[in-house]
Amino acid sequence: MGWIDSFMADFNKTFIVDDRYKVFLTGFKNTITITLISLLVGLAAGILIAILRYGFAQMKKRKTVTFGQKVIFAVCWIVDKILALYVAVMRGVPLVVQLLIMAFVVMAGFPNKLMVCCIAMGLNSAAYVSEVVRGGINAVDAGQMEAGRSLGLGAADTILYIILPQAFKSALPALCNEGIAVLKESSIVGYIAIVDLTRASDLVRSRTMAPMMPLLFIALVYFVCVMLLSWGVSILERRLKQGDRG
Amino acid sequence: MIEVKGLKKDFEDLKVLNGIDYKIEQGEKIVIIGPSGSGKSTFLRCLNLLEEPTGGSVWMEDVDITDPRNDINKMRQKMGMVFQHFNLFPHMTVLDNITFAPVKLKLQSKTEARENAMRLLNRIGLEDKAGEYPNKLSGGQKQRIAIVRALAMNPEVMLFDEPTSALDPEMVGEVLDLIRELAAEGMTMVIVTHEMGFAKEVATKVLFIDEGIIKEENTPAEFFDHPQNPRLQEFLSKVL
Repeated sequence: MGWIDSFMADFNKTFIVDDRYKVFLTGFKNTITITLISLLVGLAAGILIAILRYGFAQMKKRKTVTFGQKVIFAVCWIVDKILALYVAVMRGVPLVVQLLIMAFVVMAGFPNKLMVCCIAMGLNSAAYVSEVVRGGINAVDAGQMEAGRSLGLGAADTILYIILPQAFKSALPALCNEGIAVLKESSIVGYIAIVDLTRASDLVRSRTMAPMMPLLFIALVYFVCVMLLSWGVSILERRLKQGDRG
Repeated sequence: MIEVKGLKKDFEDLKVLNGIDYKIEQGEKIVIIGPSGSGKSTFLRCLNLLEEPTGGSVWMEDVDITDPRNDINKMRQKMGMVFQHFNLFPHMTVLDNITFAPVKLKLQSKTEARENAMRLLNRIGLEDKAGEYPNKLSGGQKQRIAIVRALAMNPEVMLFDEPTSALDPEMVGEVLDLIRELAAEGMTMVIVTHEMGFAKEVATKVLFIDEGIIKEENTPAEFFDHPQNPRLQEFLSKVL
């Protein structure tokens, strides 16, 4: 029964001695906090970016005549280009590098490093979310926009109440992937000394010199979280199915 | 009521409409026929600016709706449109499909819109479908609800873009019956269709559009029995 004894010894070292389970608890709490806030920031900003860019694409279809209309058009054109650049940069630079830039350059003096993580990851996620939502919007039949506009609804109302709910539904599986990605990518925050789940395992491992238990444990925790997330989304998907075309 | 002056529309290099002048009076039922690709749907879609004309203008009650300074949304509220593919909102119930626009645009209160919608649904015998989602309906039911959705805005004119082309043959009748009823009530209509018998029966004027211009315009009796334009003669010989 040697392996059971060594298992119990490892378990004891990893979790019990010096109340090390508390390190994991802190790490878990931070991982979840960062994931949730980043996702919220990412969803809100990403959807906003997608709407703005789609709205501008719609606007291009109309002629501009008055000076006011031309000014508005020019401003929207510039905003659209800036957003395109934003998405390109966020997707083109490694997240770790973005996190380091955010922590040591942009928000260098900011005391709450956890918030810095959330902002850096949220802004990064927003770029991906905006592309996912854009894809969802493009998947909505062009007749939906026409039907809304032909009833006299404005572009904004039609986008918000007709196009987006349908776009969201087709984007849901990809948004779920984004949620999973954010959860797993949050494991890099140890780079700026935030104790997340991964960092917690590092701390414990460096004390106990027994790598297997903490690493397998956090792997399991990440996996279970991802499973829970997928399960939640699949329930949401099923509930949204009721309006599908027959 | 609607006046079209020198209407032109290009899609990139393709000239679809090459200068159309026409005046639609209150209460008229204009039926437009023509070969596919002739520009008849584009013409209809230019009337409520779903397509932005390349040249010319469209006037509704002395307002130039092609002038970007005029609020197109306001003008569209007076023009109901029915599409070939229905375009019901799949994420809303039948009732919400009908009440959404009038309530959102603050033209009717929620209860008013509801009552109005139920009255319209009752009229087409689909009041029991009010709580259903569109995917539960047949094509004919969907199209009739799409018509009712447009009617709920109390439009002054109705535009029909091949309303029966996407329907199973057995469902064409119920949709045409509803359009016939509206016609009998005096609604001004512009209808693009391939249903020649229906055109003959409902139209006050029939237009033949080909190569982006109106090649013939006449009363249905003259139009179908004594066509003048050789292209129209050829077209009718093929479809009748």
